[in-house]
Amino acid sequence: MAVAGATGAPSTKPSVRARKERGRATAGRPGSPVRRNLPVYLAISPFYVLFAVFGMFPVVFSLYLSFQDWDGIGDMRFVGWQQYDWLLHDSVFWKSILNTFEIWFLSTVPMLFLALVIAFLLNSQIRYSMAYRVAYFIPNVTSMVAMTIVFGSVFAQAGLGNSLLKAVGLGDFGWMTSAWGIKVSLAVMIIWRWTGYNALIFLAGLQAIPSELYEAARVDGASSWQTLFRVILPQLRPVVLFTVITSSINGLQIFTESQVLFQASNGYSTGGPGQEGMTIVLYLWQKAFGDHQFGYGAAIGWALFVIVAIFAAINWRLVARFGEDRPVTSRRWRINRAR
Amino acid sequence: MPADTRTAGSTGVALGSGSRAKRLAVHAALLAGLLVSVFPFYWLIVMASRTTGEIFRYPPVLVPGSHLLENMATVLDRIAFFGSLANTLVVALVGTALVLFFDSLAAFAFAKYQFPGKKFLFVILLSTYMIPAQLSLVPQFVTMAHLGWVGSLTALIVPGAANAFGIFWMRQYAENSLPDELLDAGRIDGAGFFRLYWTIAVPLFRPALAFLGIFTFIGAWNDYIWPLVIMIDPDRLTLQVALAQLNSVYGTDYAVVMAGALMSVVPLIIVFIIGARHFLRDLAAGAMKM
Repeated sequence: MAVAGATGAPSTKPSVRARKERGRATAGRPGSPVRRNLPVYLAISPFYVLFAVFGMFPVVFSLYLSFQDWDGIGDMRFVGWQQYDWLLHDSVFWKSILNTFEIWFLSTVPMLFLALVIAFLLNSQIRYSMAYRVAYFIPNVTSMVAMTIVFGSVFAQAGLGNSLLKAVGLGDFGWMTSAWGIKVSLAVMIIWRWTGYNALIFLAGLQAIPSELYEAARVDGASSWQTLFRVILPQLRPVVLFTVITSSINGLQIFTESQVLFQASNGYSTGGPGQEGMTIVLYLWQKAFGDHQFGYGAAIGWALFVIVAIFAAINWRLVARFGEDRPVTSRRWRINRAR
Repeated sequence: MPADTRTAGSTGVALGSGSRAKRLAVHAALLAGLLVSVFPFYWLIVMASRTTGEIFRYPPVLVPGSHLLENMATVLDRIAFFGSLANTLVVALVGTALVLFFDSLAAFAFAKYQFPGKKFLFVILLSTYMIPAQLSLVPQFVTMAHLGWVGSLTALIVPGAANAFGIFWMRQYAENSLPDELLDAGRIDGAGFFRLYWTIAVPLFRPALAFLGIFTFIGAWNDYIWPLVIMIDPDRLTLQVALAQLNSVYGTDYAVVMAGALMSVVPLIIVFIIGARHFLRDLAAGAMKM
């Protein structure tokens, strides 16, 4: 209606009238806000439709499935809490949780530390900064499958890793055969892939710190270390939390590295010798699509959800606690502790 | 963030900005890290151009050899490389186009319009973040089986055609970069919602669309677990799944597997290097707003 009014006459006067008319029209039809906003609802609807079909429904359905015994082809059989009962007594499942957390810890701590160091270096007004950034980010862009295959060859018994150890006079290390070797290998791949990504996020955080803070620190005669610990790191806190949260969520879903590294020729993967590389998601995939235990797979999915939720809750607590860290008392505490 | 804090931020940080020696030390450290970052690619090229026997020789050979073309030819013999490449391209390009359209459209609505239920709907959008994708791996497969989409590219494209991350991120961008006056001027000229979107919002969104586009394209190209589950026809795979299959079946023939890996990695690196500047700037800015 407004369109018709405006296209009817090119001068501004009718347009203004058209606008008024539209205002009156909408005010005159209080009962149809949905219809009035129809284009807007249409615009946002694709996400909600897709989410309902491919997000919400599967989640509800997976809850239903986790109370069934089903191989994906035959009839479902209701088994009550049995899948969860099995899960709680399944030593491989517990092992997969432990493995996942061990790999997460082994990768996240060095990764974030290295990323912070690289961010500081990149922030020190050097030349070729963009070239460095591109190079550091490339690992994150490339296919996990391809690079896992590359790392797999490096970690093989006669691979580059052991060749290097031999060259410096050390014996072979069981990169893909010993319990810790497997975890270290997986952690190395994760560190390699994500350090540059986190460094660039830290860098953005560093560049967002107002220069007045540095000025003030300099005027007060603060040393470099004091500036680092009392100015830079506190300012960087939200960014650090962001990286911790994202690396936790990603870390709990490790799959590709382990799956590709220990894939058997039939396509399935049990996580390597002693199942030391078995992660939660790999176990889910293996049970559901390798052993065709759809109900059990769904139950593992819910267990994963609970673990992620607990982790997210811990992260939120951290955010909340550090968020309150503004008052004078805590600042004094920090200074005292520094002394 | 205004531009002035940005440039000012890099003035005095504790490290580096001092003497020549200090600056050299910074470069040395950064170069060492850079070598670690890039070395696996170099090593990939070395292995892809050697024979399997040469790869595991001691002391190891450290420079590329002359068997690259031969290894690549063997890859083409063993897997449907070009078919998989075509599938991956279709999934990544169509998927990215849909994401860009749906996400920016929804972001425009959320950023610039008031409508009943807006807050509630946005909270739902954000809370979908919390659900780990792997939770619904099994039922998602069952859903696809009911739709008859198992083994088809549709199953790879449609579920991700609009996503919460993109809408959220584009909305942040729209709020800062799209002046209300421009939209008002458009309204006076009688433009409706979709015309305002197409003629005013989309041109201004271009930098954000470039970022989201590259981000989505890379994600779609590298996606593994979902295509692995859904593409059950061995003659119809995506590149990643075909590569994993090559690795599991011909795993002992390292040189050939490496050639396949190299062939799957190169197109993406080219896309990335073309878009890198935009991408890296916006990635950092996006992360800051989360």
